[in-house]
Amino acid sequence: MNINLTIIGQAIAFFIFVVFCMKYVWPPLTAALAERKKKIAEGLDAADRAERDLQLAQEKATENMRKGKEEAAAVIEQANKRANQIIEEAKEKAVEEAGRVKAAATAELEQEVNQAREALRGQVATLALAGAEKILEASIDEKAHAQLVEKLAAEL
Amino acid sequence: MASEGGTLTSSEYISHHLTNLTFGKLSEGTTRYDGSVVGEGGTWTFAHGTEAADMGFWAINVDTMGWSIVLGVLFLWLFSKVAKTATSGVPGSTQNFVETIIEFVDENVKGIFHHKNPMIAPLSLTIFVWIFLMNTMDLIPVDWIPFIASEMGISYMKVVPTTDVNATAGMALSVFALIIYYSIKQKGLGGFLAELSFQPLGKWMLPFNLFLELVGLLAKPISLALRLFGNMYAGEMIFILIALLPFWAQWVLSVPWAIFHILVITLQAFIFMVLTIVYMAMAYDHH
Repeated sequence: MNINLTIIGQAIAFFIFVVFCMKYVWPPLTAALAERKKKIAEGLDAADRAERDLQLAQEKATENMRKGKEEAAAVIEQANKRANQIIEEAKEKAVEEAGRVKAAATAELEQEVNQAREALRGQVATLALAGAEKILEASIDEKAHAQLVEKLAAEL
Repeated sequence: MASEGGTLTSSEYISHHLTNLTFGKLSEGTTRYDGSVVGEGGTWTFAHGTEAADMGFWAINVDTMGWSIVLGVLFLWLFSKVAKTATSGVPGSTQNFVETIIEFVDENVKGIFHHKNPMIAPLSLTIFVWIFLMNTMDLIPVDWIPFIASEMGISYMKVVPTTDVNATAGMALSVFALIIYYSIKQKGLGGFLAELSFQPLGKWMLPFNLFLELVGLLAKPISLALRLFGNMYAGEMIFILIALLPFWAQWVLSVPWAIFHILVITLQAFIFMVLTIVYMAMAYDHH
């Protein structure tokens, strides 16, 4: 255990190593570490943000879906109402039309019945006259009996 | 190598393993290991046996310097290689490893040292890794490298630089210089001296205060140096003692001791680093 020049040599070597380490080793490595730390922090931030965005989007989507459903329900309800209304209207119209058709048909029928009756009446009068002529075998004075015949025909 | 030709006794073997390869000047008239006497003007040579003590201060432990510089360069080569290609993206396995160490050191520095100084963290990193590497040399079986060296004609080779008190004291004194430098820089020369003189007992007890504080101040580098040196020296010594056992029995002790020593190696590097940070923080803090 002799103290000698080595003590100074070692101190010099130590000094040089420390300076070298300070210049070329420590700064780049700590810089890389700091930068990685920053990158990781940014990455985590971005992930957080993305998650928040996703949540927002999901909420929005749910909201939109709910709105859509509500709107659809409203449209359907309205359509149903309208359909019922149309059906009612159609029914009313149909009933009206039927009434009108029926009335027209009735009127025509009556008219035709009347016509037929008139015609029949005329013929019956003639027939009755002919029959009476035959029965009476005598010539009836048409003029004299015309009033009677007509009365008869009107009674038919 | 206890059995090497039977020429080496146990104590010779141990002292051989604990002798540094020292290069220095033997002064005129010194009797050398082989009985010859150094001639006029002295001679520059590698020390043999106890000659290192005769060389005094102006000698250098070539093995300590060599191994510590090789290991320091290895550390800086690896780390600067990683630093050059460091990416903030996905790190490779080497970068991952280096980053783990950097973050470990950085955490310790941030936990203890609360001021701004761009040097403390690299200083701590250098101390931690360098001392760790030097200590790790202890795990290489004690005879391997000295054997290779002796085959190459180098008679002494102590491979663990931290078992040389010169190495640990060199670092501890550097740290001590930094303590003084930053103390004066932060508090001014007057502030630093006042801190040494006027506490803990007020200005009327100045000599006592000064004595107490100076002892405290000087204890810092001495304890740093001797703690590391003592731990590693003792560990190395036990490895050497285990190596004296018959070769087939050595593993019974050397394996558990080596496993335990992994802890010591790391712990001593860590303690040296943490204490350095603490001392630097104390240099910055006003009491």
